[in-house]
Amino acid sequence: MYKFMKKKEDKDTRRKFLKNSFALGAAALATGSGVALAHKDELSESAGGKTEKIKVLTTEGKVVEIERPINECKIDPCTPPTGDAARQGIPGRSFVMVIDLARCKNARKCIEGCQEGHNLSPDQEWLKVYLMKDNPEGEPYWFPRQCFHCDNPPCVKVCPVGATFKRQDNLVLVDDNRCIGCKFCVVACPYSVRIFNWEKPPESDVPLEEYSPEVSLPAQTGTVSKCDFCADRSRVGKLPYCASSCPMGAIYFGDKNEDTVSNGSDTVRFSEIIKERAGYRYREELGTKPNVYYLPPVNRMFDYESGLGDLPEAKQEVYDKIRYSKNGK
Amino acid sequence: MSTININIKDFSHNLETPSKKWYLWVAVLAIISLFGMYALIRQMIDGQIITGMRDNAVWGIYTANFVFFMGLSYAGALISCASQLLRIKWTKPLMRMAELLTVSSLIVGAPFILFCLGRLDRIHYLFMYGRIQSPITWDVIAISTDLVFCIAFLYFTHIRDFAKLRDYPDLKVAKWRKKMYTFLALGYKGTPEQKKYLHQAHDIMAAIIIPTAIIAYSLLSLLFSMSLRPGWHSTIFAPYFVVTAGYSGLALLIVIMWIYRKNRKLEAYITNLHFNYFGFGLILLTFIYAYFTFSEYLTDWYNQTKTFNLLLDKFFEFDQFAWLSLFHIVFAFIVPVIVLGFPWLRSINSVTLVSLFIVIALWVKRYLIVVPTLETPYIPIQDIRPEYVNYSVSWVEWALSLSGITVMILIFTVASKIAPIIPVSEVIDAQNLEKPKLLFKTKGE
Repeated sequence: MYKFMKKKEDKDTRRKFLKNSFALGAAALATGSGVALAHKDELSESAGGKTEKIKVLTTEGKVVEIERPINECKIDPCTPPTGDAARQGIPGRSFVMVIDLARCKNARKCIEGCQEGHNLSPDQEWLKVYLMKDNPEGEPYWFPRQCFHCDNPPCVKVCPVGATFKRQDNLVLVDDNRCIGCKFCVVACPYSVRIFNWEKPPESDVPLEEYSPEVSLPAQTGTVSKCDFCADRSRVGKLPYCASSCPMGAIYFGDKNEDTVSNGSDTVRFSEIIKERAGYRYREELGTKPNVYYLPPVNRMFDYESGLGDLPEAKQEVYDKIRYSKNGK
Repeated sequence: MSTININIKDFSHNLETPSKKWYLWVAVLAIISLFGMYALIRQMIDGQIITGMRDNAVWGIYTANFVFFMGLSYAGALISCASQLLRIKWTKPLMRMAELLTVSSLIVGAPFILFCLGRLDRIHYLFMYGRIQSPITWDVIAISTDLVFCIAFLYFTHIRDFAKLRDYPDLKVAKWRKKMYTFLALGYKGTPEQKKYLHQAHDIMAAIIIPTAIIAYSLLSLLFSMSLRPGWHSTIFAPYFVVTAGYSGLALLIVIMWIYRKNRKLEAYITNLHFNYFGFGLILLTFIYAYFTFSEYLTDWYNQTKTFNLLLDKFFEFDQFAWLSLFHIVFAFIVPVIVLGFPWLRSINSVTLVSLFIVIALWVKRYLIVVPTLETPYIPIQDIRPEYVNYSVSWVEWALSLSGITVMILIFTVASKIAPIIPVSEVIDAQNLEKPKLLFKTKGE
């Protein structure tokens, strides 16, 4: 198990467990007692490991509390694959993200969660929150942008050594053991997603031998890194760091094949939410076919100005230019 | 051209044991080049944090230099190969300079793309895991092919001169150099058969190099135009790059001609006529280049798309790129047209000076292709760290760029010590050069 994961997840209460497990976990809990008990029998044999107390409904209609071990592993194998095995992808999965722009207020917790989880320096942001204004009359809104894990990724096309690749579970990952640092992918990405390790990255607990493109740790000088959709966390039934750390629940993550996305507290049908809320993909016209969908910032929960906060003057100026822009200038 | 009385003897003093001044010159060049080496080692140890490149402008003057030097090589190749195939006599004395320009700028230019690599220690991955879908792989293949062909051609044109030097008894050079000439002449004695084969080899190489160079330089442009970026994503880029390359290369060839003419007192071989004819070429290329530049920017400007407009605005803002674009416009378009357009302004010196400024202006142009586009992504940068918003060149990049120039000069200095800078045998041959073969004949001929 990876230390950096444990750090955040030591106190696993039921509530937190629910929050962190998306569709698959939630669905298992919702089924009847028979399933839950059978589950217990099965797992009690595997000695050791953490346990938790859960409430289940018996056939008599009673609610009883039982103890059961936490089955952390949701996808076999639980440990992220290393080397060329990481290029295959998790069979049957089709990861997708939905970002509800109506809920984002630039709390920046997603960025912090991502940076902590991926051991990034404060200078490096895999996830950026931009202030956008679509037209001179429009109201500005906050726009979190991580890697879109495109189905037609311009970055993958241009890589001269195949260090970045597309997997069958939708992920676009970078193999830092392969990357030669030509930065062509950084240039090719129309969304400025990729970042470069210009200097020695912060020390990581993960040894180089255990490097997996799914975990992106340890980072290496002179290579490219970017959002990896936290595939390793999916394996243990957790949401990506950004989704689980967003206090507004603006980021939904899930599986297109299961047609469910979850923000931790809410699990919804992917197809329905996209239809109902007029979900769109950023710059559809570029033909990159992203796997991140946005729900337009209508009926907002927050005023965008609440996200301006105590910003340094320079940042304020940048935002002012956007806020008071006319005709895109 | 009237007959030139040319003999290997006239150049022997240039080839004989070098003077102290020559050694000093080489030492200065070598020290600057080694300083560039030091900068590269520092970059490999400390990481690219010591360059001016950051996210957004992830490429900088390394890429600009790469494009620039590659471009210089193109003109040399085209001029020397075309005049070989077309049996043009008057260009013969300049051929070695043109070929040296091609080879030296290829040798200097190609590594610049490697300096961009964050992991220079993994360079062999390009061959181990090479993917043919990537424009970088296309470049690797095209440039290495081009380099091999150009070196071969350069060598073929040297063989007869090496034989002459081997057979010249009064040449006062060290023994190892005599041995070297003997070896490099490959036993060339000037028999009719040898002559025929060598001539054929020249023709074949020349015929191969022209398309190779065009392909190599077109592929170079695809490095940019294959990216979904305003200012780069343009269908005109490949021919535009080829024209720019020819323009900068011809300009530098004029500068090199001028330097050798003065330095080696070659007025008898590099004449007014050469500067005149190349002046014609230069003004022609100025207009073609202007035409391409105009087409490129007009098309995008007319539609007023948002991101391209942001990019275009930067060319007019003096805290952005306005000074550089002004310099480029003045010295790549206006000054050449004025100086070459008015008879009383034309002279060997003025043509050379204009050429020098064209070379610099076209380097600036490469910078203006690479950097502003990178600083203008689709989602406008909202970063407040100045180095992430605007690229600035660090000492490491300047040192390596400077050493690129010195290495190129060094190659010229050493090469013109090994063999005469005027291809003696070719110039002699040119005087009784056979007419170009006819493809077909009509009645009555």
